[in-house]
Amino acid sequence: MTTNGPGAGPMHKTVEAGVTLAIALFGVIVIIGSVKAGINWGAEGPRAGFFPFYVGITIVLASAINLRNALREHDRGLFAEWGQLRQVMSVVVPTAIYVGAMPFTGLYLASMIFIAWFMRWLGKYNWLTVAAIAIGMPVVTYFIFERWFLVPLPKGPVEEWLGL
Amino acid sequence: MEELANLFHGFAVALQPFNIMVMILGIVLGVVIGVLPGLGGANGVAILLPLTFSMSPTSAIIMLSCIYWGALFGGAITSILFNIPGEPWSVATTFDGYPMAQQGKAGEALTAAFTSSFVGALFAVIMITLVAPLVASFALQFGPAEKFAVYFLAFCSFVGLSKEPPFKTIAAMMIGFALAAVGLDSITGQLRLTFGVTELLNGFDFLIAVIGLFGIGEILLTMEEGLAFRGGNAKINLRVVLQTWKELPAYWMTSLRSCLIGCWMGITPAGATPASFMSYGIAKRVAKRGNNFGKGEIEGVVAPETAAHAAGTAALLPMLSLGVPGSPTAAVLLGGLLIWGLQPGPMLFVEQKEFVWGLIASMYLGNLVGLIVVLTCVPIFAAILRVPFSIIAPLILVLCAIGAYSVHSSTFDVVLMLVFGVLGYLLKKCNYPLAPLVLAIVLGDKAEEAFRQSLLGSQGSLGVFFSNALVSSIMILGLIALFWTAIQEGYTRLRTRLA
Repeated sequence: MTTNGPGAGPMHKTVEAGVTLAIALFGVIVIIGSVKAGINWGAEGPRAGFFPFYVGITIVLASAINLRNALREHDRGLFAEWGQLRQVMSVVVPTAIYVGAMPFTGLYLASMIFIAWFMRWLGKYNWLTVAAIAIGMPVVTYFIFERWFLVPLPKGPVEEWLGL
Repeated sequence: MEELANLFHGFAVALQPFNIMVMILGIVLGVVIGVLPGLGGANGVAILLPLTFSMSPTSAIIMLSCIYWGALFGGAITSILFNIPGEPWSVATTFDGYPMAQQGKAGEALTAAFTSSFVGALFAVIMITLVAPLVASFALQFGPAEKFAVYFLAFCSFVGLSKEPPFKTIAAMMIGFALAAVGLDSITGQLRLTFGVTELLNGFDFLIAVIGLFGIGEILLTMEEGLAFRGGNAKINLRVVLQTWKELPAYWMTSLRSCLIGCWMGITPAGATPASFMSYGIAKRVAKRGNNFGKGEIEGVVAPETAAHAAGTAALLPMLSLGVPGSPTAAVLLGGLLIWGLQPGPMLFVEQKEFVWGLIASMYLGNLVGLIVVLTCVPIFAAILRVPFSIIAPLILVLCAIGAYSVHSSTFDVVLMLVFGVLGYLLKKCNYPLAPLVLAIVLGDKAEEAFRQSLLGSQGSLGVFFSNALVSSIMILGLIALFWTAIQEGYTRLRTRLA
């Protein structure tokens, strides 16, 4: 089921089972964290881990039932085709780089490059349109957020150099 | 009568020039948000929330609630013209709205949709005006046990009413509760579930979750579908509008029924989406021309739009009077209240009269302004949709990042936003509902506090939740809602056995 080409892709069932297991794992982490914080009664009543402990247990139990339901299903449908997943990744990966670069470059520069990359490679626009929007949008953002509504956004070396 | 005086005072507040300007700005932004895929009511409001930090709370809530009304209106435009629901609650509108547009009756469909939205909202606002103060004064007597019971009821209704499998709803909700618990425990002041990560000291902010789950997640879903817009032209002129208005009163029964469904589904946190489907389904069954539904029947536009707007508006009733939001967007508005330094809940009606009644008055005005704006500017809004997705998508992503950053001025939040986005994509694809997750993050701390305080009073006995008539009846309602699916199944089985 994992061959390449149109119409192929991961099974819905497999992905769903994976997501369910991940949620169950999250539940286990919550239980561990709650036990660490104390799940019994202290001097001031139920201790910090009391409530999340039961929340964690409910997550694990509900996930067990969801997993059983997911595996019992006779659905042989696909989660998504590989091509579709590639589309999704073509957004996730650049966004991850964008988000990761933001603390170093500031928001404005990162946004310009991000928008330009997106439009040029996925949209195949000519450089003039790309430049207009990639530079225009952050500039407009600057005026709306920083000047009118006084909300400071992260800045990097370029803004410092420009004295903004 | 005191309410009437308060309401008039509210109108005076809402009619201040600055507030009217904010209202129009909010509506226009809201329609744009509603039209664009990937930007919805909840995350649109969340992204723009930081813009209101420097405003007075009343102007701020007027702007944000108007964004919400605008988004509700905007969803209908894309559904009818492009067969693409801009919002989940306008999916049902596509069933008859798009066929109408294909038959060259886009103007009629749009007018019907907008007018029905307005009627639904108006009905819900009148209900809020009359009922909210009563509920609030009643809720003032609530102790911790009753408070917890109300939260319990709200969350149980999710399990019983949502169309997703109940255990998935429970899992999603509990993830929300767990995320809410991370960080400083409000009662003991102890740290929990942080596992030594300093960034988690303050816990997860639900605004980040909203922007990630609904904003980024939605864009990923749209990317997967490889969106291409093809749509009819939007032409609305006065003649068409008047013509349609002449036709609409014939459907008063459908409207009234949809209003009631919408209000009910909005107050119980089922929300606008199931309300619109339910209303459409019932209208189809009851209407004389029910067989024609799906082929371009105007009644098939009236029913879901009225219900969606009524539900979206009614969702603010429990938010204002009890501090329990009825929808993710209402939850974001509630988060706004906290940021502006207001304590949501029944005390608002006592301590913040100007704020509450200003908001309620702005609901009347905002929806009227909204109706006028959408009726006159449809072609402009429709043109936005012709901008290709490869331009819109990066702009929305950048806006989401700005919104996520400015909540706490933290770049770590932007990373979290992306994580929530991928999570939202996976959960949505696997049929987990996101609304209960978000509401649980918002209400988790409060629900837990009420729970622990009640237990403290009763020395750990769960009997406190059934200690008097009021709290027991709310709890029993909650239990019924929780097991609703099972009860329904049992009932059908019993009937088939008897028959």
